[in-house]
Amino acid sequence: MILSLVLVTAATTSAAGPATSEFTLSTSCPPSFEKTEAGVCELRTLYQFYDSLEGRGLGGTRTALPPHRDGFTPQQIDLGRYLFFDPVLSGDGTLSCASCHDPARGLSDGRARSIGIHGADAGRAAPTLWNVAFLKRFFWDARADSLEAQASGPLYSSIEMGNTPVRLLASLNGNATYRRLFRNGFPGERGEITEKEVFTALAAFQTSLISLNSRYDRYVHGYDAALSPREIEGLNVFRSFVARCSECHTPPLFTNEQIAVIGMPEPAGRPFDVGAEKTFGSPKLKGGFKVPTLRNIARTAPYSHDGAFADLRAAVDFYNKGRGNAVPKGMQLYLHWHISDPNLTETEVDRIVDFLGALTDETFLPQKPARVPSGLAPIK
Amino acid sequence: MKKKIFLGLLGVLVVFVAGAFYGRASKKDVVISSSTGGASYAGGFKSDGAAAPAGGIRSVAGPAPTNVVVVKNGESILSAVKAAPKGTIIRVMPGTYHETVYIDKDDIRIIGVIEHGKRPVLDGEKKLNDAILYSGNNFVAENLEIRNYKGNGIMGQAGNNFEIRNNVISESGVYGIFPQLGQNGIVEHNVVSGIADAAIYIGMSDNILVAHNDVFDSVAGIEIENSRHAIVEHNYVHNNSGGLLAFVTPGLPIKTTFDVILRNNFVVGNNHKNFGAPGSTVSGIPAGTGILVMAADDVVIEGNVISDNKVSGIIITDHAHASNITMDPESDPNSDRVKVLDNVMLNNGYDTITEAKALLLSEGKVNAKNLDIARVGPSPGSCITNRHQYTAVGVDDFAECEFTNTATTVNYLLPPVPPREIKPGERGRVVFLGICSGCHIYNGRMIGPPIQAIQALYLENPQGLADYIAKPVKKRDDYPEMPPQDYLDPETRLAVAKYMLQVTN
Repeated sequence: MILSLVLVTAATTSAAGPATSEFTLSTSCPPSFEKTEAGVCELRTLYQFYDSLEGRGLGGTRTALPPHRDGFTPQQIDLGRYLFFDPVLSGDGTLSCASCHDPARGLSDGRARSIGIHGADAGRAAPTLWNVAFLKRFFWDARADSLEAQASGPLYSSIEMGNTPVRLLASLNGNATYRRLFRNGFPGERGEITEKEVFTALAAFQTSLISLNSRYDRYVHGYDAALSPREIEGLNVFRSFVARCSECHTPPLFTNEQIAVIGMPEPAGRPFDVGAEKTFGSPKLKGGFKVPTLRNIARTAPYSHDGAFADLRAAVDFYNKGRGNAVPKGMQLYLHWHISDPNLTETEVDRIVDFLGALTDETFLPQKPARVPSGLAPIK
Repeated sequence: MKKKIFLGLLGVLVVFVAGAFYGRASKKDVVISSSTGGASYAGGFKSDGAAAPAGGIRSVAGPAPTNVVVVKNGESILSAVKAAPKGTIIRVMPGTYHETVYIDKDDIRIIGVIEHGKRPVLDGEKKLNDAILYSGNNFVAENLEIRNYKGNGIMGQAGNNFEIRNNVISESGVYGIFPQLGQNGIVEHNVVSGIADAAIYIGMSDNILVAHNDVFDSVAGIEIENSRHAIVEHNYVHNNSGGLLAFVTPGLPIKTTFDVILRNNFVVGNNHKNFGAPGSTVSGIPAGTGILVMAADDVVIEGNVISDNKVSGIIITDHAHASNITMDPESDPNSDRVKVLDNVMLNNGYDTITEAKALLLSEGKVNAKNLDIARVGPSPGSCITNRHQYTAVGVDDFAECEFTNTATTVNYLLPPVPPREIKPGERGRVVFLGICSGCHIYNGRMIGPPIQAIQALYLENPQGLADYIAKPVKKRDDYPEMPPQDYLDPETRLAVAKYMLQVTN
């Protein structure tokens, strides 16, 4: 016991003491991850004790999660974290990933539509990054099929981060700290930092953003009192076949990751967004968007692909106003069959909103670095 | 498995083939097979576990109950469910119950007591959404009468090993019985009517038996959707808009329907006006359809009595011909390998739709007064037995089936899967990593103190640590107070305490 105490003292002292270098990569896995003997981080959650039909991670309460990405090293995850918060990734050094995926705003930005470089309207709302490790499709219109493929979207878009591959790699390779950190994160590689390494590190960090410890989860794992009577009432409306929310926002992730044509309104003056019609070249998917997760949904107002709803009450109420209530006159949409006329009472709508609040869990919020290797301020 | 032996024996019996004669519509030889002999279907689900008991599996909900409680008229079924430990039978006495009963735990059986024909009635009074919502495994609902709900009568979300039998469900919203995302279930001996979508709807599920049900006056009788290894047999399906459906609905996360046997059902007079909700998939079913196969694969249709369905006895189609539904690049839109064996077809298609008449004309069947089978859209690999007996369009290119019956397939049910055993050490480790690691690491400062410091305090006292976790008190000025972890059960708290006290890095 004495030995332990001495060790604690020693560890505390060294942690508080001066670092050999200002930027070092963590050798520990983030919370909810276990470091394996191979030195990579693997996710651990109580949901791994459950099964799901066809291994798809969709169902009810005690249902396994969908297959996920993990197996990155702690160093790659930590390198991804520095990149994520570093404005050097944008064309003019003013925006980082965290500008639109801000830990203080539910890994989103609190805006109807994000603001890109030079104040550009980025066109759609920033989706949360919680639990992206489980997703197979990215962007509202599902146009990317991996986090790595997704990364080039905002980085090189002229209305988002406004960078180019050449400029991105030039600025990273021109930075001695990044050169050292990348070789630390990718010890098998030599030479210049590559775009692939940048995307891998960003994916490594993003897949560490896990939110599975909400009060709803406690209820699932067997603690009945975790939800209030109002929230349980809301859960039962949410999964009832009158409201049908859980048919698409399916537990345990609260998304089934499908494209759904909902017929949501655009804010006044905005043109109709065709969404997934463009991705798949299919008019039947006109106005279709990927079903978003509802985990931490209370943290990410406003709602919908274009922020048409200021708060959760308004978003839920939209569905209650009936099938096609916001479809532009004369436009034919193949509205999803679960979009119906539920005629919920005002109280039932309130209870759904109550229940959605029980899906909040930010205990594993990532630490924003005090400084980033570029020397720029971490978030603008 | 034993099945294979049977198959070998049956294979020896040669298909009875009568002499050939020339048909009127085509010059092809007519092949006549007898379904009382010939090979049996061997393409379906094979369990990789132990051989099924003789006569097949008749129940799937395990383990055996250990506790019984009784709910009387005036009491609440839900309260009984909440108080019930796993393994409880809740016997519900006759009476009227106005409630939504949800079951989020395993091994609960709600079994009505029928006294002189009087059942316990769950009455939603057109105000409540669903009568029964279950997500637990090994759920059983029996002998209930359910009426006047707005959503579903009985709805499952991911419960496995379920049994839903002997219930009477009427005027109860969108689906009468709707198990979804579950494996290994029985739906039998239910009487379901007056449902605005499917009376019995098997959604995204595997290993299902739907048998001996009486379903009528609904938009769809029995629907097998995005599901596999399902047998629908011995049901009486009458006066719905469409009788039996095997569908792939696009846009759902599980993309396939295959290995479905529809056999020995009475599919009679399904001519009810279609009152499906606008936008629902079933609202597109032509009223008067006996059996409808859309994009489902390996559907065997055998031994049904299909009569008096005014549009067609059987329609086999694809997504492209269903105008009201969306597209899904991940779904195969065609009905592949449909197998139509002997069925009794009487007086179908006597008042069919324009599209079907056009198809009949296109095949030169100008004088057809009836329509037994209509196939539109690609249906590769399909087969049909004794085709000459049916008035059919679109099946000329179907092959002869290489089997005449499904007699060797009893059902696709599995023995109840025992609950997964989780060792306390494993649970302790996962709870620590999945929850506690957000605040505690081995030798550094996070939100809470390092594990090393905790080990120093509790090294010989895991129970003390487990108790502290449940009701923490502020001990150290330099750290915030820990939130209580009393939502973990005592066993789990002890397991996580033991785990924390032995980690070394």
